[in-house]
Amino acid sequence: MPDVLKTLTRPNGWAIVQRNRPAMISLVFLFTIVVIAFTVPFFLPASLKSTSSDTFLPPLTKGVESAMLHLFGTDKNGQDLFYRLLTGAQVSLGVGIVGAFISLIIGTLYGMISGYFGGRVDALMMRAVDMLYAVPRILFIMIFIAAFDSVFKDWLDGARLWAQQAEWKSLEEAARYLIPYSKILVMILSLGLVEWLTMARIIRGQVLVLRELTFVTASRAMGQSGWVILRKHLLPNLSTLILTYLTLTIPAVILDESFLSFLGLGIEDPAASWGSLLKDGAQVINPIESKWWLLAFPALLMSLSLLALNFLGDGLRDAFDPKSAD
Amino acid sequence: MLTFLLRRFLSSLIVLFFAVSLTFLLTRSLPGGPFDKEKAGSAKVQEALLEKYQLNGTLWQQYTAYLRDLARLDLRVSFKYRDWSVAEILAQKMPSSLKLGGIAFLIASILGVLLGSLAAMRRDTPIDWAAMFGAIIAISIPSFITGPFLVAVFALWLRWLPVGGWGGISHLILPAICLSAPYVAYVARLMRNSLLDVMKSDFLRTAKAKGLTETQALTRHAMKVAILPVVTYLGPLAAHLLTGSMIVESVFNISGAGSIFVNAIQNRDAFLLCGAVVIYCSLLIVFNFIVDLLYSVLDKRIRLYA
Repeated sequence: MPDVLKTLTRPNGWAIVQRNRPAMISLVFLFTIVVIAFTVPFFLPASLKSTSSDTFLPPLTKGVESAMLHLFGTDKNGQDLFYRLLTGAQVSLGVGIVGAFISLIIGTLYGMISGYFGGRVDALMMRAVDMLYAVPRILFIMIFIAAFDSVFKDWLDGARLWAQQAEWKSLEEAARYLIPYSKILVMILSLGLVEWLTMARIIRGQVLVLRELTFVTASRAMGQSGWVILRKHLLPNLSTLILTYLTLTIPAVILDESFLSFLGLGIEDPAASWGSLLKDGAQVINPIESKWWLLAFPALLMSLSLLALNFLGDGLRDAFDPKSAD
Repeated sequence: MLTFLLRRFLSSLIVLFFAVSLTFLLTRSLPGGPFDKEKAGSAKVQEALLEKYQLNGTLWQQYTAYLRDLARLDLRVSFKYRDWSVAEILAQKMPSSLKLGGIAFLIASILGVLLGSLAAMRRDTPIDWAAMFGAIIAISIPSFITGPFLVAVFALWLRWLPVGGWGGISHLILPAICLSAPYVAYVARLMRNSLLDVMKSDFLRTAKAKGLTETQALTRHAMKVAILPVVTYLGPLAAHLLTGSMIVESVFNISGAGSIFVNAIQNRDAFLLCGAVVIYCSLLIVFNFIVDLLYSVLDKRIRLYA
């Protein structure tokens, strides 16, 4: 009898994910990409990273100036495309992960409050989400970027000047180094502040179901406050759902970032992201002299990464949230 | 029915009001004004310009004045394109976006529903796997990669279709495919999951028990119910597609409404931006309304309450 019971119990979610081959391959692929992107650039020789006069070299050719093998060719500034791709992956994945985390925190908090307190609070909070859905997302993102951009630059500049006065060399250096990258911080913040709507709706739906269960009634009868119930009892029950939608929000944020960078509104030189690399590639493409590598490699890497993230997210969702119909 | 219409109309007006208010107030409170680049540069000129475009006074005064004009259906004049009213710009840019978006919408809804139902009916066969694998690829690859790729293959290499521009049907094929591809995939996934759910239901078993074949039972009974989530998704999708896509329009060199949003924010052109938001929200409201009506037609159990 116990044997039958054992086979009848549903395998836990992680076992289902492990049986899902595309999801596992994606996980390995993503892990490899992240490790390569965040380690290899530090070991590349400096002459490969800098700009040079070897512009538009096709892949697998040796540079004249640096005498280095350019695996993926060079771009219009003579920079090695392999290096640019990896730093682009750092920015794109970094913006995706951190931006998704911010939207996750906002969305989870919003959805939990709305679902748990219910009634008028819920109605009001969900109408607000509906209203925000009615305004195109790109509009909010661009308005946030415009609003934060100068603020961040000023703030960094202020920090630099203050460090100069206080003669804190390292802080001054850090601020000077960060100024061209302030746009990335702005993008992370803006995308995170915009992408939480779907998350809030899903969390709220789940909280509406969970709060009717007896363990919530029991903890309320024991005199626990709303916050404690939310944090101690509901949040652990939501964790797999949150993880699943985090995996699906990351590609959405990466897509938004690359969309903005492709339009020239996002990441600016010398920093790169997959979107800005694609923009640079698209600018020099013409039918006579094809510089295909500038477009093909970023497009391939980006598509594969997004594909892997979506496969992984779908696999997690099938395992942990089988009732959701897309 | 009449109370439904009335309540629906009122709530739509509220949504519209909030969307426009938010857009106007946010745009006007951004750093940088629309006339910062004026050559004359003197304070007098700036002041005169601001007064001409009714941007003087506090933010609240500007806002209420704008709402008064909007209530009279006056969308005002663009800051950037001085000789054009917002209504004229929209009237010039919208038709090509409507045409392209309409075609993309038809492709997305018809092809998506067909592929999704096919995948659900042939569940766990190579057809199903291929359709779902294709769907996840279409969702993952952004349109600014598919666009240049389609151009490179079908226009530059095979020379079957023109590279870009606007004119005959041949100009529409590539942009419409590029625009609709991810949405075909979304619709197909939605349709597949929903049809699989319905196929488990009791009424379908009854239909088969009384002697209908699999296909008859599906087309006569299951489809009507299974398509409901798809219809819900198609409402906002229609509004989104009809207002144009900046990427597709720039890749294929089409002068459409997609760039209005981005350009208007860049130029701090508040009136043009609000005009575009009004159009977008109106489309959204109209299509969501159609969705609700379709719901009660498709599923007789659903009645219309506001």
